[in-house]
Amino acid sequence: MTGRAAREDGPGRGAMPTYLGTPSFPDAARRAVSDARLRGNLAHATTTIRARRAEAVAELDDWAELREAGRQIKDHVLEHLGHYLRLLEEKVTGAGGTVHWARDAAEADRIVADLVKATGETEVVKVKSMATQEIGLNEFLAEEGITAYETDLAELIVQLGDDRPSHLLVPAVHRNRADIRDIFLRAMEDVPAGLTDSPAELAEAARRHLRAKFLSAKVAVSGVNFAVADTGTLVVVESEGNGRMCLTLPETLISVMGIEKIVPSRRDLEVFLQLLPRSSTAERMNPYTSMWTGVHPGDGPRNFHLVLLDNGRTATLADDVGRQALRCIRCSACLNVCPVYRRAGGHAYGSPYPGPIGAILSPQMRGVGSEVDASLPFASSLCGACYEVCPVAIDIPEVLVRLRARVVEDGPRRPLERVAMAAAGWTLRSPTRLALAQRAASSARRVVARGGRIRRLPGPLGAWTETRDAPAPPSESFRAWWARTGGREEDGG
Amino acid sequence: MSAREEILRRIERVESARGARRATGDGDVAAAYARIDRRYLRRHHGGAGDGGILDLFAARVADYRATVLRVRVSEVPGTLAERLAAGSGSYGVPSGLPAEWTSATRAALVRDPPVSSLDGLAGAVTGCAVAIAETGTIVLDHGADQGPRALSLVPDRHLIVVLAERVVADVPEALERLDPRRPLTFVSGPSATSDIELTRVEGVHGPRALEVLLVE
Ligand code: SF4
Repeated sequence: MTGRAAREDGPGRGAMPTYLGTPSFPDAARRAVSDARLRGNLAHATTTIRARRAEAVAELDDWAELREAGRQIKDHVLEHLGHYLRLLEEKVTGAGGTVHWARDAAEADRIVADLVKATGETEVVKVKSMATQEIGLNEFLAEEGITAYETDLAELIVQLGDDRPSHLLVPAVHRNRADIRDIFLRAMEDVPAGLTDSPAELAEAARRHLRAKFLSAKVAVSGVNFAVADTGTLVVVESEGNGRMCLTLPETLISVMGIEKIVPSRRDLEVFLQLLPRSSTAERMNPYTSMWTGVHPGDGPRNFHLVLLDNGRTATLADDVGRQALRCIRCSACLNVCPVYRRAGGHAYGSPYPGPIGAILSPQMRGVGSEVDASLPFASSLCGACYEVCPVAIDIPEVLVRLRARVVEDGPRRPLERVAMAAAGWTLRSPTRLALAQRAASSARRVVARGGRIRRLPGPLGAWTETRDAPAPPSESFRAWWARTGGREEDGG
Repeated sequence: MSAREEILRRIERVESARGARRATGDGDVAAAYARIDRRYLRRHHGGAGDGGILDLFAARVADYRATVLRVRVSEVPGTLAERLAAGSGSYGVPSGLPAEWTSATRAALVRDPPVSSLDGLAGAVTGCAVAIAETGTIVLDHGADQGPRALSLVPDRHLIVVLAERVVADVPEALERLDPRRPLTFVSGPSATSDIELTRVEGVHGPRALEVLLVE
């Protein structure tokens, strides 16, 4: 088979919702930056969590070793993905579950909708899942006459506020407590009179609102954090207990997982159950982790379906540099430290995956054919903070540089160059500390030189590489600036 | 071609393009797996002669704003009776819960309550399979002294009796002790959310009160 034929007939790209009408990153980011309240909420939340994450991580002397093991386990799975998928299928089936395969979003949506319809139900309860957001499941189910109730507090806030998620872990991070109270008062039919904005009261309102739904639901839809291939065990990590409700009370459970979520063996969970909670919510352990293996007679759902989703993952796997994005465990640490995310907010990334990970995942899964996907690799100052906090050591700057080259090679040139330049310009413009961060990164990390792939991009992007390679020593190192300011905004961007 | 075949074929193509061995045998995969570098610690606290595991466990559970009571075996019935009397209503208990634990309890107990009745209960009392000192985590494997998953989920109070010998130092040891074929629930503090301004707030859908009797 020729290389060309393999390319045409090869790994398919995926599809996922593009959230913006005018979808290039710089336009959306500019709009977000002008929203002072959004920026304030975001800065407050991310500053808090960042400090706490650092403490939680510092508590373990062997963090570097855990991180290395996490990286190697994930790489091992990606290297033998076919083997592990077959093994997982065999074990889940053997334990009484049913396994389905979906090439893309449309196929996964159809599978889930048909499974729900087969139960005769028109409502499902859902526990937060990136995979189902990626495939636009709720919207598809609605078209099919099925109502999906999000049960995670943040998802509920997004759903009631008719809003879009802006953070992996806390989709409503752009809302503060006063916003949340207003949304509840406006959209929650059984909202308690006199609701204040105390977090405990807000949580209580959500508890009451959803309790009856949990107790009567017949079908639940979940995502999966980890799937243990050699036992068929699935793992969901959560905080509120809505996950436990969904995984335990309904008769039918449908779980959708990206094919890269596998770990080989139960033993590997000892690594990820240490890495994930400390990286995401900065806790020693999240309140609840549930594990189940197929169907457990007398306890929990009687029917279990697992949907294995490709949707551009095999295409991502094909790139030697880019495939490391598939190690991601969706902890969101990279978002919280990213100076660009903190200024632009999650919505500017135009996909369910915001922040640095979104900037490398979306263009790989969907390809770089659209304006938003072509601009995302430029939505970064390459400062490297994302890499440093990533619990599975994904070198996001390295992948960004790789994707910048691909935009130049593959994209329909003119419009893409324009958005790419605009994104790079927006990222690097004015706020002095970003330029500083970028220069610091340039001398400290030498991503471009080390990658050895591009030193100078052709055409107008050449100007950008020139900036990148300028070795001007920063007057203050990025780390020093970070330590001094904590990344706080000093100007209006 | 089915979706399954096509996805597996896409993967095989990537593997062969990368020069990976085709049709990797189980042996090759196992050998590669064995080479994964695991220089991380098996435990962070509690080396030989360190008697501090129970103290650590108690402190870490309390960090989550759960209640921790340290008792001797003989004190379990009295302490449980006291805790249960502090609330009103009846409590669900699994049929395998040691009867002596609730022998002094005056509160109404319902053995193996049906799921439909759980929302009306004041709480549930269970044992546990394993507890992890480092992270303040209690693991249920929903065996006879713990009951099915719904029992310790729907009622608003969860009292767990943790025997000292079930407490291990850290996460790796806990996983070794657990049977992956059972349903497992890892509980670290009461139900909570970080969804409001990324700050932990106790009490959403799971039990809002977690009370732990650590039996020494
Ligand atoms: S890329 Fe790394 S830091 Fe970012 S969400 Fe994924 S695992 Fe976390």
